[in-house]
Amino acid sequence: MSWEVVIGLEIHAQLTTKSKIFSGASTEYGAAPNSQACPIDIGMPGMLPVLNQAVIGKSIMLGLALDAEIGKRSVFDRKNYFYPDLPKGYQTSQFELPIVGQGKLEIELEDGTKKVIGVTRAHLEEDAGKSVHGLVPGQTGVDLNRSGTPLLEIVSDPDMSSAKEAVAYAKKMHELVQYLGICDGNMQEGSFRVDSNVSVRRKGEPLGTRAELKNINSFRFIEKAIEFEVERQIELLESGGKVVQETRLYDAETNTTRSMRTKEEANDYRYFPCPDLLPVVITEEDIKAVKDSMPELPEAKRQRFVSEFGLSEYDAVVLTGSRALAEFFETVVALTGSKDAKLCANWVTSGFAAALNRDGLPVEQAPVTAELLAGMIVRIMDNSISGKIAKQVFEAMWKGEGTADSIIEAKGLKQITDSGVIEALVDAVLGDNPSQVEAYKAGQTKMLGYFVGQVMQASGGQANPSQVNQILVAKLSD
Amino acid sequence: MSLGKTEVEYISRLTQIDVQENQIESVAKKLSNILELFAQMEAVDTEEVAPMAHPLDAVQRLRPDAVTEVDQHERLQAIAPAVAEAYYLVPQVIE
Amino acid sequence: MHNLTIKQMSEKLQSGDITSVQLTQYYLDRISQYDPELNAYVTVTPELAIQMAEEADRRIATGKAELLTGIPVAHKDIFCTDGIKTSCSSKMLDNFIAPYDAHVVTQLKKIGMPILGKTNMDEFAMGSSSESSYYGPTKNPWDHKAVPGGSSGGAAAVIAAGLAPMATGTDTGGSIRQPASFCGITGIKPTYGVVSRFGIVAYASSFDQAGPMTRSAEDSAWMLNAMAGFDERDSTSLEREKTDYTAELERSLEGLKIGVPAEYFGEGLDASVEDVVKKAIAQMKDLGAEVVEVHLPNKDLAVPSYYVLAPAEASSNLSRFDGVRFGYRCEQAEDLNDLYRRSRSEGFGEEVKRRIMVGAYALSAGYYDAYYLKAQKLRRMVRDDFVHAFKQCDVIMGPVAPTSAFNIGEKADDQVSMYLSDLYTIPVNLAGLPALSVPAGFAQERPVGLHIVGPYFSEAKLLNIGHQFQQVTNWHKQMPKQYQ
Repeated sequence: MSWEVVIGLEIHAQLTTKSKIFSGASTEYGAAPNSQACPIDIGMPGMLPVLNQAVIGKSIMLGLALDAEIGKRSVFDRKNYFYPDLPKGYQTSQFELPIVGQGKLEIELEDGTKKVIGVTRAHLEEDAGKSVHGLVPGQTGVDLNRSGTPLLEIVSDPDMSSAKEAVAYAKKMHELVQYLGICDGNMQEGSFRVDSNVSVRRKGEPLGTRAELKNINSFRFIEKAIEFEVERQIELLESGGKVVQETRLYDAETNTTRSMRTKEEANDYRYFPCPDLLPVVITEEDIKAVKDSMPELPEAKRQRFVSEFGLSEYDAVVLTGSRALAEFFETVVALTGSKDAKLCANWVTSGFAAALNRDGLPVEQAPVTAELLAGMIVRIMDNSISGKIAKQVFEAMWKGEGTADSIIEAKGLKQITDSGVIEALVDAVLGDNPSQVEAYKAGQTKMLGYFVGQVMQASGGQANPSQVNQILVAKLSD
Repeated sequence: MSLGKTEVEYISRLTQIDVQENQIESVAKKLSNILELFAQMEAVDTEEVAPMAHPLDAVQRLRPDAVTEVDQHERLQAIAPAVAEAYYLVPQVIE
Repeated sequence: MHNLTIKQMSEKLQSGDITSVQLTQYYLDRISQYDPELNAYVTVTPELAIQMAEEADRRIATGKAELLTGIPVAHKDIFCTDGIKTSCSSKMLDNFIAPYDAHVVTQLKKIGMPILGKTNMDEFAMGSSSESSYYGPTKNPWDHKAVPGGSSGGAAAVIAAGLAPMATGTDTGGSIRQPASFCGITGIKPTYGVVSRFGIVAYASSFDQAGPMTRSAEDSAWMLNAMAGFDERDSTSLEREKTDYTAELERSLEGLKIGVPAEYFGEGLDASVEDVVKKAIAQMKDLGAEVVEVHLPNKDLAVPSYYVLAPAEASSNLSRFDGVRFGYRCEQAEDLNDLYRRSRSEGFGEEVKRRIMVGAYALSAGYYDAYYLKAQKLRRMVRDDFVHAFKQCDVIMGPVAPTSAFNIGEKADDQVSMYLSDLYTIPVNLAGLPALSVPAGFAQERPVGLHIVGPYFSEAKLLNIGHQFQQVTNWHKQMPKQYQ
């Protein structure tokens, strides 16, 4: 009997705002406990919420990127339950009328096939606080700094049928929200949290009971957790058991999921429209304003890089992998006079990206700026240095030794283009290798490469290779 | 509609309000009296009526995204029942 | 002194006849004399009051005073006051000292109105008699056996007894107008959104509205000028041009069309109350008004609708009282659940618990549509009745309550009959309309108010009518003998 896997994801993306969704308290990460929890965030008596303007534009932006309906009239509801990190005893969220309606996102799988994943909705809500244990024996400490932080909860349709698809979707969404600049994507700090709803069914049968895997903070572990959970459910069902609807925690050390202790009764959240907030109305003009301010999306950028710069599909994919890298690349191209975008792409994808990777740095923190890299590429283009020398120059720039020009100058790396000097080098090499010259003349023309290598070596790598080639051929055919 | 023990216990759990065993009956009765008042609504045809959540047809006003609050946790926690190292304390939560 | 109008008091302050300190001390003395018996104040703040009065006197001396500068005020104990206990007359908040002021409190402080103290009320404003207070019931100054009404019963009593010249109140289902009627004073509930709710402990957010409680309509107009206005901290506060509510006071009532709903004079209305109300309406005719019959066919649906919606909102609004960050916490909690359950069960009184439970039930799975949603639909029907009626008239007049003040303890065990006594005031809150109660006579030797309801934002018109009525009547000037 073959099994079908059904996965839907709920992603909580923290919106990049300075202040909270309903109060003027800061959202900055890592502050001292409760130092960013104002009376509104604490739910003190008489305190009232006022909605942060910034969350609306950011939500619309995601909606447009997902080709989704924008809720022209969205409503905040209260989700009622008691928990220490939920100060008001309810979470302000959107239930019936979310700000973003049905949309879709196309993902690409490892084998290159594409699949469209439906996005059911995305709604605004406030985050809860954080509990810490072990501060005082037998007590839990509550820090409400995170309380009221704006979240956009993005709910997918149950369209994914493997852990790999789920991760591809999550990664794509992760890339998208960062591209749009609406979420910093930091998974360690909890800015991007993925909950997976996993169920299995026999082919052709109705949907099975799902388990929810919560708050896993890396894509690798999301994949492993789903894989484990799928196997667990299949084994359970094949041995005659039943899947229970529950939340399960993933343990990375044992690579297993385990049930969270839950109360026997299902939650009854008693959603109802929050009477302290009024309906949010979004006009066509609002949507147009967001559209006009929207950054180019990855897919469009990719296509443009191929058509406008003549890049390979592969280079285009790598360059648009993050908005920062793509923008870095375009700056470099512009600074080099847009004459050789391919050369720029090679340097950004290999030299630059590789160095970032090696040092674990984001683009913004790279010691080599777009200006520095462009300065070096210009020197390759005007034949001042060869590609090989450029690698040396790049490493020196990365170490902070200065601009390409100052490094070339200081290290004497400028390419030798004086044909007199090169001729002298060629003469010396040919003089030192009479038997090879004879062999060449007897028809072994592939010896040319050997001579080129010798001349380059003699020049310390600085001779212009094409000139060396030219002069060698001329002299050998004398 | 009249409430029984099960309903009272359910509401008690939802609201975190204790109802002692010996009070269940009287609480059930008082709540049932109120529900009887609600029953008057049943007969009304509201098929064509849109629910009204707010007395005014106003829309939500938006606040500029700016930090306007300062750290005042000491002041706010001066009236808290139990605090340690700026954390609010509750009996251990088991997860 | 306590029989002066606010304007007269202000003139005496400005002319130097009296100082704010003298005026404030005068009221503080009356409070110490009478309040131990009346129990209208939860907290009296003599030191603060005198200090604020001194400040007001300095301001008056510099000529920078406003009309209300130096005139003392009593705040209902539901308005948060920085540094002074705000209890909502609940054990839950018996230890609660807010680190902020309600918007209304800020406004009146800015003007320089000394705070005499905080007035008693039904616990969390849930009640119509002020008997559910943790601090015991307030007595009606007209008859100590009677309730002062509620929930702003303390505020109404301090005005009636001359223990404050002005008081703030809040009205969720009649909590300003019904006690005003029971105590023979003037009180207005403004249009929802006119007065900021910031810093007012919420009962039912889509109904709660604060307003003034004073001796006369003119006094209320001056006070509403100070209380009303846009506040960006309340999403439901309306951005409108500043209104001068005293501007229309002197207008003639010639040509005013008064709608009288036939449904308001039916079964359940006490005959002597009906008499008082009808006579008052007849007097309006003498002032040049004309009377037309209007209909509010859905008025009976208002009470059930309100008692679903307000408790539903309350059940959620009061979840924040969990013993964790402020307010009452039970001793020696065994675990988290025990902490929640005992803190809430020990901290809340019976009526509050009942409304939380009813409200949660109305929202719970399986009942939401039948109760909550249905009630929201009825809310619209009740509102539409008014919209329709106001096409035929300028204002609607009728009784505030079916009876004059009832006796303490009389309805304490019968919630439903207590709820039903709000039948005339509740529809106004469902619709969010403004409404005034002015003293219009007596029934069984207890005061009776006339209820005047207007279209949205007609506060100035309502106060104009009240003021004109008070030019030809003296009900608002009468005081219970022992307090004269």
